Amino acid sequence: MDIVNGVLSGSRLALSRAITAVENEYDEAVEIMQKLYLHTGRAYVIGITGPPGAGKSTLTDKIAKDFRRQGKKVGIVAVDPTSPYSGGAILGDRIRMNELTEDEGVFIRSMATRGSLGGLSQKTAEVVKLMDAFGADVIIIETVGVGQSEVDIVKTADTTMVVLVPGLGDDIQAIKAGILEIGDIFTINKADREGIDRLNIEIEMMLELNPKEVNWRPPINRTIASKGEGIKDLMETIANHQQFLNESGELEVRRVERLKTELLAMINDQIGRYVVNKLTKSGEFDTMVNSIQQRERDPYSVVKSILASVLR
Amino acid sequence: MDKRIRVLVAKPGLDGHDRGAKVVARALRDAGFEVIYTGIRLTPEQIAEAALQEDVNVVALSLLSGAHNTLFPRAVELLKEKGLTDVLVIGGGVIPDADIPGLKAAGVAEVFTPGTPTSEIVEFIKTNVK
Repeated sequence: MDIVNGVLSGSRLALSRAITAVENEYDEAVEIMQKLYLHTGRAYVIGITGPPGAGKSTLTDKIAKDFRRQGKKVGIVAVDPTSPYSGGAILGDRIRMNELTEDEGVFIRSMATRGSLGGLSQKTAEVVKLMDAFGADVIIIETVGVGQSEVDIVKTADTTMVVLVPGLGDDIQAIKAGILEIGDIFTINKADREGIDRLNIEIEMMLELNPKEVNWRPPINRTIASKGEGIKDLMETIANHQQFLNESGELEVRRVERLKTELLAMINDQIGRYVVNKLTKSGEFDTMVNSIQQRERDPYSVVKSILASVLR
Repeated sequence: MDKRIRVLVAKPGLDGHDRGAKVVARALRDAGFEVIYTGIRLTPEQIAEAALQEDVNVVALSLLSGAHNTLFPRAVELLKEKGLTDVLVIGGGVIPDADIPGLKAAGVAEVFTPGTPTSEIVEFIKTNVK
C-alpha cells in the first residue's frame, strides 16, 4: 500500500499507518511528511485543554457531532500523559466518543505524551498535518493542561479553548496565570454545579487584568456537555473566533509564527543531530567532555571551536 | 523514539462488568504498553474501527455475558476485512474451557479465564505480538 497516496485519497488505514510511522520515527516518516506537506494548511485546528475531569472529551464529542451536522470532516487527536514510571499509558478519551467511531467522517487518534513535552508538541503537530492532508476540515486536539505544559497546544491550534469546572476552589489560583494567556475561548462545563458564578467572576477579573487582548476579548461560555446544553452557543462562539481570525489577519500572523517555530526547531534538531553524530563517531565528544571535566577547557570555547570547524 | 506496543482493551456485548478489563488495562500500562481503553457495550464494528484508527498491535476483548462465541469471531472477521491482518487478538472473561478451541480456530490467539495472573497476559503479548 502506498501510504502517501492512501492518505491523499482518504484511506483511513493509510492515515493510521502514517501516524504510527511519524510517532515511532520510522525511516519512511520524513518522506511521508515531505510528500504530504504541500497538501496541508487547509484545516481549521481547535485546541481544547483544561484540568482532568473538566469534561474535555465529552465536549469534544459534542463539538465534533455539531461539525458533522454541518457536513465537515473531523479529525480528533486525544493526548494523554505517559506514566513516568513504566513508560506505558492508559488512553481513555475514546470512552466518551464511541458513537463517533461509527461515523466515517470522523477519525480519532489517541496519543501518549511519551516523555518530553517537546516530543509531544512536535509529533502532535505532525499528526495534525497528516489529518489535514487526509482531508479533515476541522481538527480538534484535546489534552490535559493546568497552566504550564499546555502552551504547546497554542503553538499548534488556531483557536484554543480552555475548559474549567466550578468547585475547583483554590486550585484556580494555581492555574490562573497559565490559562489566562492561552484561552481564546473559555468554557465553564458542568454549569449546573454550585460555584459557577464565582468562577465566572474570577475568569472575568483575570481577563480584565490582561492588557494584550484588544481585538478579541475571550468570551466565557457555560455548558453541561453530558446533556448537550450550551453547545449551540459554544459553536457560535467558535465560529465567531474563526471569523475573527480570518478577517483580522490574525490567522496568518499565528500561522507564520507557528511556521517560524517549527522551522527553527527542525533546523536546531537536524543540525544539532548532524554535529553530535559526527563528534560522537570520531570520539571527539568524549575527549571534549573529559577535558571540560578536568577544567582544562571550558564548554563555551569548545562549542565555539565546534562551530568554527562546522562552518569552515 | 522506540516502538511502543499499543493495545486496545474493549468490551463487546451487553454486560457492564468492566472490573477485569480495567485491571488488565492497568497491568498492561504498568508493563509499558500504551493502552487504549474504550469502555463497555461496544459493537464488534466499533471495536474493529477503533483498532484501525489507533493502529494497535493487540486487541484484548473482555466479555462476561456468554456471547463470546458470536462476538469474538465477528470482531476477528471485521479486523481482517479492514486490512488489519497482523493484529493479535486475545480474549478474557468467564469463558467455558469447551469453547476455547473453537475461539482459537476462529482466530483468537489466546483466551484468559478468571484467576489468570496479569503477568501471564503481559508475557503472552510480548512473545506473540507482530
